[in-house]
Amino acid sequence: MKENQLTLSFSSLAENVGIARMLIASVGAQLDFPINDIEELKVAVSEAVSNAIIHGYRGRSGHVVLMELEIDDDALKITVSDEGCGIPDVEQAMQPAYSTDPERMGLGFVFMQSFMDELNVDSTVNKGTTVSMVKQLNRSASSPSS
Amino acid sequence: MEKNIERQTLLLRLDGDLDMKTAETLRQAIDNEIERRKVRTVILNLEKVQFIDSSGLGVILGRYKKLVPLGGKIKITNVPAHVFKIMELSGLPKIIDFYQTEAAAREEGRGAQ
Ligand SMILES: Nc1ncnc2c1ncn2[C@@H]1O[C@H](COP(=O)(O)OP(=O)(O)O)[C@@H](O)[C@H]1O
Ligand SMILES: [Mg+2]
Repeated sequence: MKENQLTLSFSSLAENVGIARMLIASVGAQLDFPINDIEELKVAVSEAVSNAIIHGYRGRSGHVVLMELEIDDDALKITVSDEGCGIPDVEQAMQPAYSTDPERMGLGFVFMQSFMDELNVDSTVNKGTTVSMVKQLNRSASSPSS
Repeated sequence: MEKNIERQTLLLRLDGDLDMKTAETLRQAIDNEIERRKVRTVILNLEKVQFIDSSGLGVILGRYKKLVPLGGKIKITNVPAHVFKIMELSGLPKIIDFYQTEAAAREEGRGAQ
C-alpha cells in the first residue's frame, strides 16, 4: 500500500456533513475495511464535523472546516479542524453525556472514542479545535503480505 | 418522510440519513403534530434509514422527553441492524420501546387506554 493523503476543505454548512461521510466511506472501502468498520468511520467523522459546525462555529455559516486524511501502511488517520471558539476544558467536554447544549446528548466524543483506535483533541479557546483519530488497518489478518 | 395520523397516533416512515442536517426537520415535524393535533403516540419506522449519529438520536430522545410529561410515548420499529448498533451504544433502547413491525407497535398499549 502506497502512502496517500487527501484534504477536504468545506464551508460550515449542515449539508457538507454528508459529503464528509461519503468521502470517508469511499476511502474506507478502497482500503478494504469491512462494512462494519466503514459504518463506524462514518459515525466518527459525522460527529467530529458536526461538532466543528455546531459548537466550533456556533452553527454559523461562512467558516471553514478542514478534514485531512493520511493513509500509511498500517493506519488511517483522520484530522478534523476548525478555527472556532475552542473548548475551555477538553477533559470535561469528553465526558460521556457532557454537553454545553441541553438539547444534545453529549455522545459525540463517546462515539469517536468507541469507533476509533485513537482519539486526540487539541483545542485553544478563541483559536479553534483539532480532533485527530486513527483507525488501524489490520490488513495482515485478511490478506497475505505483499 | 412519510406521515400518517390516526387517533392521536403519528406514524412517520423515515428515510435517508438522520444527522444534524435532517434532525431539525424531524424535530419540527413531530413537535407540530404534538402541539397542533394533540398527538400522544409517535411511531417511528426506521426501515429506510441508512445512517444515524448523535444528532439524530438526540432528536428522538428529545421527543421522548417532550411526550412523557404529556402522558405520551414514542415507539420505534423496523430498525436496520447497523442503525440499531449505534442506538444501542447510546442507551436509547433502555428508555424507548422497540418493535419488529408497525403492527406490533400499534397493538402494544392500545388496551390500556
Ligand atoms: N469543535 C468544537 N468546538 C468547540 N466546542 C466543542 C467542539 N467539539 C466539542 N465541543 C464541546 O464539547 C462538548 C461535547 O461534545 P460531544 O461529545 O460531541 O457532545 P454534543 O455535541 O452532543 O454536545 C460540546 O457540547 C461542546 O461544548
Ligand atoms: Mg457532538
